[in-house]
Amino acid sequence: MNIEFVLNGRRVSAAADADDSLYKVLRGLGMYSVKCGCETTNCGLCTVHMDGRAVLSCSVPAARCAGHEITTLEGMQEEARRLGACLAGEGAEQCGYCAPGLMMNVFALAKENPHATDAEIDAFLAGNLCRCSGYVSQRKAIKTYLGMVCGEVRA
Amino acid sequence: MSEKINSRVIGGVGEPVPKKDAPALLTGKPVYVADIAPRECLCVKLMHSPHAHAMIEEIDVSRAQRLPGVACVLTYKDVPGTRFTQAGQTYPEFSPYDRLILDRHLRCVGDPVAIVAAETEKQALAAIKLIKVSYKVLPAILDPRESIDNEVLIHPEESWRALVPSCGADNRRNLIAAGEDAQGDIEAELAACDVVIDREYTTRANQQCMMETFRAFTRIDTYGRLEIVSSTQVPFHVRRILATALEMPKSRVRVIKPRIGGGFGAKQTAVCEQYPAIVTVKTGRPAMIVYTREESMTLSSPRHAMRMHVRLGAMRDGTIRAIDLHTLSNSGAYGEHGPTTVGLSGHKSIPLYTHNMKAFRFAWHTVYTNTMSAGAYRGYGATQGLFAVESAVNELAHALGMDPAVLREKNIVREGETMPAYYGETAASCAIDRCIARAKEMIGWAEKYPARTLDNGHIRAVGMALAMQGSGISGVDTGAVMIRLGDDGIYNMSIGATDMGTGCDTILAQMAAQSLECPVDNITVHGVDTDTSPYDCGSYASSTTYVTGMAVVKTCEELRKKIIRVGAKLLGCREGEVLFEGDCVKKADGSASVTLAQIANAHMMAGVEDISACVSSGSPVSPPPFMCGCAEVDLDPLTGEVKLVDYVGVVDCGTVINPNLARRQTEGGLLQGIGMTLTERPEMDHLGRTVSNSFLQYKIPARVDAPNIRVEFEPSYEPTGPFGAKSIGECVINTPAPAIADAVYNASGVRVRDLPITAEKILLGRKE
Repeated sequence: MNIEFVLNGRRVSAAADADDSLYKVLRGLGMYSVKCGCETTNCGLCTVHMDGRAVLSCSVPAARCAGHEITTLEGMQEEARRLGACLAGEGAEQCGYCAPGLMMNVFALAKENPHATDAEIDAFLAGNLCRCSGYVSQRKAIKTYLGMVCGEVRA
Repeated sequence: MSEKINSRVIGGVGEPVPKKDAPALLTGKPVYVADIAPRECLCVKLMHSPHAHAMIEEIDVSRAQRLPGVACVLTYKDVPGTRFTQAGQTYPEFSPYDRLILDRHLRCVGDPVAIVAAETEKQALAAIKLIKVSYKVLPAILDPRESIDNEVLIHPEESWRALVPSCGADNRRNLIAAGEDAQGDIEAELAACDVVIDREYTTRANQQCMMETFRAFTRIDTYGRLEIVSSTQVPFHVRRILATALEMPKSRVRVIKPRIGGGFGAKQTAVCEQYPAIVTVKTGRPAMIVYTREESMTLSSPRHAMRMHVRLGAMRDGTIRAIDLHTLSNSGAYGEHGPTTVGLSGHKSIPLYTHNMKAFRFAWHTVYTNTMSAGAYRGYGATQGLFAVESAVNELAHALGMDPAVLREKNIVREGETMPAYYGETAASCAIDRCIARAKEMIGWAEKYPARTLDNGHIRAVGMALAMQGSGISGVDTGAVMIRLGDDGIYNMSIGATDMGTGCDTILAQMAAQSLECPVDNITVHGVDTDTSPYDCGSYASSTTYVTGMAVVKTCEELRKKIIRVGAKLLGCREGEVLFEGDCVKKADGSASVTLAQIANAHMMAGVEDISACVSSGSPVSPPPFMCGCAEVDLDPLTGEVKLVDYVGVVDCGTVINPNLARRQTEGGLLQGIGMTLTERPEMDHLGRTVSNSFLQYKIPARVDAPNIRVEFEPSYEPTGPFGAKSIGECVINTPAPAIADAVYNASGVRVRDLPITAEKILLGRKE
């Protein structure tokens, strides 16, 4: 079947089988920021936005995104550079493989709860695993980023 | 070499420079293996053995081969007959040559039965279902204690080969290694001791769980050679391993390492490269394998599970006089890293207590079993050995009624002491005493040790452990670095060391910037391509900062000489009359100068002189980094549930090259150690099947599980290291298990000697 949806602001059409995941379709469309770290919806690496909300693209059937808006990190490059600078400033990215999924979820957090406490940040991002960093530095970087976002909202 | 403040150096040694690859990684650029693979790659999938030990009696692939889209189906009948090891080690490897790409003899659940390559993943998976196999199931050895001299032989084949027979390998006894290292009369010393702690400790086959699973793609390049693009820590070893496995000349093989999504030792083994490689050789087509997480959990290269028997002898005043350690290591179905990991369990634990030591003995056996083959995991045996020895030291403190910190302060190795149990090397740089002192302050040891009860009935308690590791393999590890001067005075640095997220591209560039007195942005880094990069054994054994870092220093020294020579020529004077000042070469009297850009551009004119240098470096010693870790736990006595509320780590890694990256290494390593201690539970059923085969069963710490982790450095200065640096990557994983185990004991009275520590073990222990 053919699925039509909006990818990073552009209308696209992709061929997909009924059992294909959104993850697979996105990789097929060259959205290489989207990674897969498990097959059991535990790692968060494949996080993208569907109509502005964070979803795990490995567990969204491709057919379900027909007519919806899908956003990947490729479509949020400016915001990625801002959050990326915070993470890089702490050395918090290490291997970087979990970064795109984490960043997409941080963008969702910034929208839903930009004043999040440490515990709320950890809980919101609990599904985004990272094996390199030990999380401490990521939390610090994310707080810096959320502070920037809040500053803009107030201004 | 100038280490004083130098305004020309920007982002040099000691600066928290962001990683050079950060902008690409943090905008999601396609830089990993699967992102850059050609679209026309065949999808390679493996059919896995359902049995722990079996012989293929018949295999029929005809239906699978006929399926549309299937390019090839390979079985043991289609592969070369030369045995090899997947272990990424310097030749001749200690690991026995005991593998074929596919074997008729299947030695663990998951062992590959067939390789299928098809246009799509669905076709490949469908084809696997059409392969008919009849197995002769053989009795399996699942318990390493039953392996030696068992009538069941796991590697009876005549073609099995140990390249280093002195390590005690004997396939007729299921033995991969056996040996002993000792000094003094251990039995007499133990007999003379007032207290002897005699205990057994066990650890399991923990998974590295790097976020990017094993993967590689292969193709035939322009020159008809086999090109392998792999997520590997050891590109040069992969070239040799694949050439051996495929019976190809090494000149026909090229290995490229792009960005890697984590390794932690897992990718020091060529776990998957041979499968797409043989498909490409057979079909001429590009091919890619991407392990599922399940495959990465069930057929990979986890930590060697070890059973360690410690006898620790001390006098009533707390002087530790003797340590006797025997380690039984389970290497699983194949011998990757089996002979070497076991060695670290003693050689990197016993030396901590050198100061009053009169005798030690360290004996070991590494055996085959019908379980998943083990490999290299951060810590590489030291983690296991330190769990045993540091736990025993804590048990000794309790037996003596002594503060474990005081006991350690009395016995730890001092700077300048020779360590008989550490290959006779000297602790030329050692700040372990300062690490202990600072860790105690940070955790509040004086107030918190051993335990206190909170108002809610929970018990808070603290525990401590020490750790050491090495910095590269002495006399073996090799790193070479090439730096070329380019247009306008930029430097192109080529390395064979593999950045797997650790940031070695960046810290090596920082060292070059410091040496060449320039901004770090003037140094470009390229690695790794076995065709163009200078040789490096790879990134493992905590070698990169220390071994390859020294190669950077030496290369820069050579390069400075060449720049000075050309500069002097351009100034029309002798080399002795000029000075190198980073951005220029000037006459010592200040009367004239020529800029680096002029020198660079001049050397590209009419073949004046090439300005490049390539120097290789190794070290006769492997200076240990040291650290002290302290844990504070919160125990719910009703449920046995333990929460780690605080963890402090204080590290002596010599000079800290990049404080941000060193800190992240430490925090990440500590959390892996914490996971191994509390949440990660490798499980196998009675048939040898790994049931902890996803992140649901094998629980690595998530953000909500992570305690407050606090890290500080107590630098020493290592005279043989680049700018005084030692290693950091591995040492940092070693303290959590023994420190948390003692905190749990202080909270509950239960001593857990087999990892992981669970609520069940604590509750059952309290009942006893």
